[in-house]
Amino acid sequence: MSATLEGPTTTDEFIKGLWKENPVFVQVLGMCPTLAVTNSAINALAMGLATMVVLVMSNAVISLLRKFIPKQVRIASYILIIASFVTAVEYVIQAVSLDLHKALGAFISLIVVNCVILGRAEAFASKNDLVKSLADGAGMGLGFTFALFLLGAVREVLGSGSLFGVAVLPASFQPWVIMILPSGGFFTLGSWLLFFNYLSKRKARKAALATAEVAS
Amino acid sequence: MDAVAKGDSPLEMYRALVGIGVVCGLLIVSVFQGTKPIIEANKAAALERAIFQVLPAAKQSKTFAATDDGFKLLEGPATGPLVFGGYAEDGSLVGLAIPAAGMGYADTIRILYGYSFEAHAIVGMVVLESKETPGLGDKIASDPGFQANFEALDVSLSADGSAPVHAVAAVKHGTKSNPWQLDSITGATISSKAVAAMLRESTTTWIPKVEKHKADFMNPGGAK
Repeated sequence: MSATLEGPTTTDEFIKGLWKENPVFVQVLGMCPTLAVTNSAINALAMGLATMVVLVMSNAVISLLRKFIPKQVRIASYILIIASFVTAVEYVIQAVSLDLHKALGAFISLIVVNCVILGRAEAFASKNDLVKSLADGAGMGLGFTFALFLLGAVREVLGSGSLFGVAVLPASFQPWVIMILPSGGFFTLGSWLLFFNYLSKRKARKAALATAEVAS
Repeated sequence: MDAVAKGDSPLEMYRALVGIGVVCGLLIVSVFQGTKPIIEANKAAALERAIFQVLPAAKQSKTFAATDDGFKLLEGPATGPLVFGGYAEDGSLVGLAIPAAGMGYADTIRILYGYSFEAHAIVGMVVLESKETPGLGDKIASDPGFQANFEALDVSLSADGSAPVHAVAAVKHGTKSNPWQLDSITGATISSKAVAAMLRESTTTWIPKVEKHKADFMNPGGAK
């Protein structure tokens, strides 16, 4: 935690989920939907947004109720709240598009057990006020959506030769079927983790170099 | 019980859980009620799209329930096995859309196929639900070569009208030589065979019955 003298501001709480504490690439949480439904960009985006809605709502409610929920039954209460929002979101998705509901399948209900959501409820919303919890939920949700989209886009382009269902690669390109199969999810996730770890290592090295120069 | 501090009494836990439960229950019920008509309309529209896809000449559809002595036009909620009649603009019968299901490679596959009384053949097939392997088995829904099987898949009945003369059967890709054979997809043999098996089973059950009670579809309920 980057605790400064004044403590993180609301904007900080929002920003950290996008990059510094990205739920997928940094915390490596919620891998089940991450690997399963990212075989196309649209599925990944829909899953990310559905998770974000649930995350923001549950963070808000849990933050409001944090003084009302006794410590011993907090996990049960959180699960109850999260499951209710997931059920509501599932009905809404069915109302918006049956095809989308079909594509996401059982993974909508599994948002309940996505550890990103329970994790934020326990680690953040139960200790912070409403505004900060909303910012944290929105930031983490966007970060999650962003990560899922990166996975989904790569897998769809390589596995189907298209992006959002529109062909982007020439017809002569033979799609790599493995990329839209579960194993392709692992390959893609591994490659992105490699990339993001490289970026953060390089940044750390540069920072260390800069301090060394100042010192000398 | 000195250890029980304020906020930790059983009553407060009870109050919190029941309170949250009641509010959450209300939320789910209201969302369910709010979205129910939209979801049902979506499902009906998806089914109708599928019917028109397997019976391209149809412009309107009617739902029939199978009874012991024929088929009855359905107006209330669905009960028992259903078949769907497709009608042209002037109300003349184009054909029937019949649902079928069977075990595929991964899970149950549900399909809808169009039957033409005139051609005594299956004239279209759409996959309603399948969890077949992406890129291989799921081609049963999209592969143009496989879909071409259902331009006129012969299921004409034997003389006594008890069963199709030739059972629908899947053959190896590129070896289809008879109009009742299904040209399989290379790399999706099990899924192709599953489709053939469910068609074979469904046509043996339904085609004799719908042919026998063809009049039930001609002028359903006396209405045009």
